[in-house]
Amino acid sequence: MSSAAFVIIAIFTLAAALAAATLRKLMHAALSFAAALVGLAAFFFLLGAEFVGLALVFIYIGAVAVLIVFTILLTRRDVGEDRGFNWAGVIIALAVFCGLTWSILATQSISIVAPHIRALTVKRIGEALMTGYVWPLQCVGVLLTAALIGALILVMEEKR
Amino acid sequence: MTPTLQIFLIVSAALFSIGLLAALSRRHAIFILIGIELMLAAANLNFIAFWRFAPQPHQPTGVMFAIFSIAISAAEAAVGLAMVIAVYRHYHTTNVDQLNQLKG
Repeated sequence: MSSAAFVIIAIFTLAAALAAATLRKLMHAALSFAAALVGLAAFFFLLGAEFVGLALVFIYIGAVAVLIVFTILLTRRDVGEDRGFNWAGVIIALAVFCGLTWSILATQSISIVAPHIRALTVKRIGEALMTGYVWPLQCVGVLLTAALIGALILVMEEKR
Repeated sequence: MTPTLQIFLIVSAALFSIGLLAALSRRHAIFILIGIELMLAAANLNFIAFWRFAPQPHQPTGVMFAIFSIAISAAEAAVGLAMVIAVYRHYHTTNVDQLNQLKG
């Protein structure tokens, strides 16, 4: 785990996330959101969780970011830009960041480096999903089905 | 010098705060959803970092948490964006300040 790669990925991710939070044009913000998720997937690769990084790229950039772009295109008749900006939110976010950073830096027991592990292969993840985690897996399947049916019913044309 | 767990947690806290900033200070409903997704992504980074820096990371528990969290946030995004489209159909706006029909 090299520190140069870490610094580059951290700067890229945080800059893209900040752009997603502050850009005025909705479409630019959605594309910056996708870029921030690419940086996050790079973090997962750096930490040795390749499967989660790939799942993040497939699900978030392939599905969620495209869904956000579709929604922007479907609802942009009156608003292409976001005008109002609430400055109280900036103060609250800064306060939360300072509090979290203070508590992280004050905890000495977490200033550790990563131990060496053998690589977490997809085979081991699949075995764990099919043995110990089979009930959560089924529940997530039911949840996704219910959420997709609910989303379809929400956007269906109403009959008068 | 290799990065320690603290540095990862600080990056994750920064990502969470940026998501909170987007969710609290923007007026457009899609921006609020983007902020919530950023906060969930920061939580996923925390799961993976704590799993990787644990004393015995041979159990893939943190990875399982992150996978299920990604699946649930995908469901949340689908329902949220469907609600944005439904609200736009009724009120012809997605500015959350104008959606004040329930205000007493």
